[in-house]
Amino acid sequence: MRLPIYLDYSATTPVDPRVAGKMIPYLTEFFGNPASRSHAFGWKAEEAVEEARGHVAALVNADPKEIVWTSGATEGNNLAIKGAAHFYKTKGKHLITQKTEHKAVLDTFRELERQGFEATYLDVKPDGLVEIEDLKKAIRPDTILVSIMMVNNEIGVIQPVWEIAELCKQHGIIFHCDAVQGGGRVEIDMSKLKADLLTITAHKMYGPKGIGALYVRRKPRVRIEAQIHGGGHERGFRSGTLATHQIVGFGEAARLAKLEMATDNERIRTLRDRLLDGLSDVEEMYVNGDLERRIPHNLNVSFNFVEGESLIMAVKDIAVSSGSACTSASLEPSYVLRALGRSDELAHSSIRITLGRFTTREEVDYAADLIKRKVAKLRELSPLWEMHKDGIDLNTVQWAAH
Amino acid sequence: MAYSDKVIDHYENPRNVGSFDKGDDSIGTGMVGAPACGDVMKLQIKVGADGRIEDARFKTYGCGSAIASSSLVTEWVKGKTLDEAAGIKNTQIAEELSLPPVKIHCSILAEDAIKAAIDDYKKKHPLKTEKAA
Repeated sequence: MRLPIYLDYSATTPVDPRVAGKMIPYLTEFFGNPASRSHAFGWKAEEAVEEARGHVAALVNADPKEIVWTSGATEGNNLAIKGAAHFYKTKGKHLITQKTEHKAVLDTFRELERQGFEATYLDVKPDGLVEIEDLKKAIRPDTILVSIMMVNNEIGVIQPVWEIAELCKQHGIIFHCDAVQGGGRVEIDMSKLKADLLTITAHKMYGPKGIGALYVRRKPRVRIEAQIHGGGHERGFRSGTLATHQIVGFGEAARLAKLEMATDNERIRTLRDRLLDGLSDVEEMYVNGDLERRIPHNLNVSFNFVEGESLIMAVKDIAVSSGSACTSASLEPSYVLRALGRSDELAHSSIRITLGRFTTREEVDYAADLIKRKVAKLRELSPLWEMHKDGIDLNTVQWAAH
Repeated sequence: MAYSDKVIDHYENPRNVGSFDKGDDSIGTGMVGAPACGDVMKLQIKVGADGRIEDARFKTYGCGSAIASSSLVTEWVKGKTLDEAAGIKNTQIAEELSLPPVKIHCSILAEDAIKAAIDDYKKKHPLKTEKAA
């Protein structure tokens, strides 16, 4: 077993060696520009791009013509949300999303608010899920767009996007779904999921970084305004020379995901349950987000009376991420956990462990043991743990906030 | 975030972890910070008959820099008079541990913890500390 162990598959996944193998010839040998129509180099590249488009479309049961290549998830979300808002702005100016979306969605909404649109940010329930009734109440006659993610990046919960899509369809509202964490992990069938726009990216499904796709429904046809102008590539939706090798990698990753998702998920669920079982005797541990309506890859837990960043530092032999944003310049706890109604303490004390295709049983056992030992060590250091053990209710203590 | 070697050393081998009896007359206890902010430091000093700090203990809930800052000050206050200990500045702590700008608050908290522990001790000994001052 090699240390450190990678348990941060929701941040990014390694490129599957089978994917890397497919990509390399498109860097050195078949390097043509897929937009070159006048020679075999271009034709070869274009053929590869279209084959890959077919694989990505097949992964979500869509028509290849509904797939637009992007540079990744952030661009996909920007293109979908700004593109739809700009195109339909004469119909209305109201947009709806929810508070635990990724920043690529939230910051895009903020930008649209600056441009004069009005936005509603729905609360989530303590289990992390959006309440459909809340969405119904938020819809106004001038609502033109709803954007709700499929799988939350921090806590892995699966939002009821299938129902939300139906609701939006009934109201004639464009529905965008950020499915970045769901692609290759959750079965997506665009004949069942009535979303108009759907963002996915390659590097969460063992493909390369720097390539993503936006699904744009054709029946009924959804219109978006381009955000990047140039040579009119991708039928005018997104100009720019296509990165053939990246696209080939995404295609192969999508093909493998479709073939292997079911068995991968079963194996990963067993490992996640084993990890949770290994940690279950730790006192004052809380799972963040619903455990059932969740991808099997994700375990997000808070260890009360232990600070998240010090825990991450203590478990440096495993690569996990802190739910606490302390590692960035801001000292705010995770906005996702705060939206769940978690106390600041628990929000500060969380770690996200995400498993994937290459995670082994030995790695999971090592991780559980390491986390247990380090939590115990940090609690020995923690004045809050001492007070808790002395029977002091920390909520009754007057803290001097700083 | 890259931590300095000194932060890692204090974090992995914290000095003077533990608790003294709060009720003991020779002990001054300072508790600063708030769980909501992600840092709580408890610093205790044991003051000898000569008015010098004989020993110190800490417990800290917080990031690696907060743990290192409090561990460091337990070493620094030992052997100092209360006035000398009160003179320890957060800038000295930050410099010793090479704390980056986002972690300066950890050193400020450690300085506050020393002052809080000294205040607590002085409250227990109003006459003695007044004479010394």
